[in-house]
Amino acid sequence: MTDAAEQISHFESIISMDQCIEPKDWMPEAYRKNLIRQISQHAHSEIIGMQPEGNWLTRAPSLRRKAVLLSKIQDEGGHGLYLYSAAETLGISREEMIDALQTGEAKYASIFNYPTQTWADVGAIGWLVDGAAIVNQISLQRNSYGPYARAMVRICKEESFHQRQGYEIMLTLSRGSEKQIQVAQDALDRFYWPSLMMFGPHDSESAHSARSMAWKIKRETNDDLRQKFVDQTAPQIQILGLRHPDPKCIWDPERGHYDMGEINWEEFYSVINGNGHCNRQRLEHHIDAHEEGAWVREAMQSYHEKKKQQSYAKAS
Amino acid sequence: MNNADLQGPSSRNQQVMQYAIRLGDDALVLGHRLSEWSSKAPFLEEDLALSNVALDYIGRARMFYGYASELAADGRTEDDFAYTRNEREFQNLLIHELPKGDFAFTMVRQLIVDIFNTHFLHQLEQSSDQTLSGVAAKAIKETRYHLRRSREWITRLGGGTEESQQRTQKALNSLWGYTPELFELDELEQQLCNNNIGVNNTLLSAIWHQQIADILTEAGLTVPENSWTVKGGRSGYHTENLGHLLTELQFVHRSMPGLEW
Repeated sequence: MTDAAEQISHFESIISMDQCIEPKDWMPEAYRKNLIRQISQHAHSEIIGMQPEGNWLTRAPSLRRKAVLLSKIQDEGGHGLYLYSAAETLGISREEMIDALQTGEAKYASIFNYPTQTWADVGAIGWLVDGAAIVNQISLQRNSYGPYARAMVRICKEESFHQRQGYEIMLTLSRGSEKQIQVAQDALDRFYWPSLMMFGPHDSESAHSARSMAWKIKRETNDDLRQKFVDQTAPQIQILGLRHPDPKCIWDPERGHYDMGEINWEEFYSVINGNGHCNRQRLEHHIDAHEEGAWVREAMQSYHEKKKQQSYAKAS
Repeated sequence: MNNADLQGPSSRNQQVMQYAIRLGDDALVLGHRLSEWSSKAPFLEEDLALSNVALDYIGRARMFYGYASELAADGRTEDDFAYTRNEREFQNLLIHELPKGDFAFTMVRQLIVDIFNTHFLHQLEQSSDQTLSGVAAKAIKETRYHLRRSREWITRLGGGTEESQQRTQKALNSLWGYTPELFELDELEQQLCNNNIGVNNTLLSAIWHQQIADILTEAGLTVPENSWTVKGGRSGYHTENLGHLLTELQFVHRSMPGLEW
């Protein structure tokens, strides 16, 4: 065998034995690129995802909710940080990734282009959006790239807290006054379908699926993961006593799953392509904060360089 | 309140409750301002750190208000103190309510408040009131860490670029007139001080001035002149900023009053 063929065969044997590829292992260029795309998109989603919930940070209706929400948003930032670090092991810098986000070259989860209009939306996001994210992330704990898989293990633990806090907000509202029940139902109605869209297009339409599955960058298909989420969410809606937004979501004893109505894919692509309420706002917010912080980063660098020079001067 | 009211255990409770509310107001208003940095900090690590400090303050507000509600013993909760009082009833020191400004403004305010709090909380730890002393013992650990951060930042910003130096000096100049209020003592605080419950803020002034002057000088910044002073927070005489802060903070809670959240 040639060297190159040996490398590929070694790489493929690691994958087939369900072991992890580590940063210093040889990997095909396309595997590296695909992972960078997936991990950085995931990191950007965590970071952009801080905004819709942050929109309610200063208006949270109790001190306990305020503290919990702040620490949840902080966790999301922390997840962004681990994920950027995991992606950096593949030879890309955080600056490059942030630049790609800001120019629109890299994507983030389109769900965050939806506006949070009421306090109940914070509950719906924690419960449904984080809930959908966990379903996906649990399967990613077994993905083939070591640093990413390990980041997922840690992130999943925190996300399940997030989902519980979201559900608890919904539970409190749905046991509350008529007006509270109304805002809870409204939030569920607005966030249910976009949450199903988070799993991406049907498998038959998914651009990256087949190869990602073969490389174990993805472990389960979009449709299988979506079904899991639908199955876990239906009884949760019942407990809340709210109306299910999908009238076709009925238990099918033969399949052992809930059925689901057709997703409005036109809306999905429309929001991805820039027609969501917040697409421009989310990016501008990120760019503004980054630009406004430029002088601080420069000051920090300049200070450290001066210190370094001073210590060289002392040493020589 | 006449002097006769200040005798006996129930009036003592009233006084301590007022004191706890004030300290809760300081912590809540500053915690709220710091939370406004979420997703807006100069870089990700700093975003997380500012949220940490904000969380410490919100936690502190809950401890003080929680104690106030115990002492009130009339069913009022921590949220009643935070969400149903008006601007004139809030008694935080004015420096806490000023808008977050740029990063230099936020860090200079933190430095001012962190130095103050290390001494204030150290004294409060000696309080004959067990609960206040306990809260102080927990809070001072956080504050020591906050001060390490704000001190490092001021050193870096002062010794960084020309722009950072200018921004930091400007922040310092616009905050300086709010610092004398930290060292005031009104009648209530004087009484609590006499009873070994409250802190004598006037005694903290000298050490605070000494310490901040050392840090600023080392950072290449100028200690501003004491040319102006704005006061009144402890009697509910606020800047226009607090009303807007409370409008936002209290909006949901007040729009559907008396409910569980």
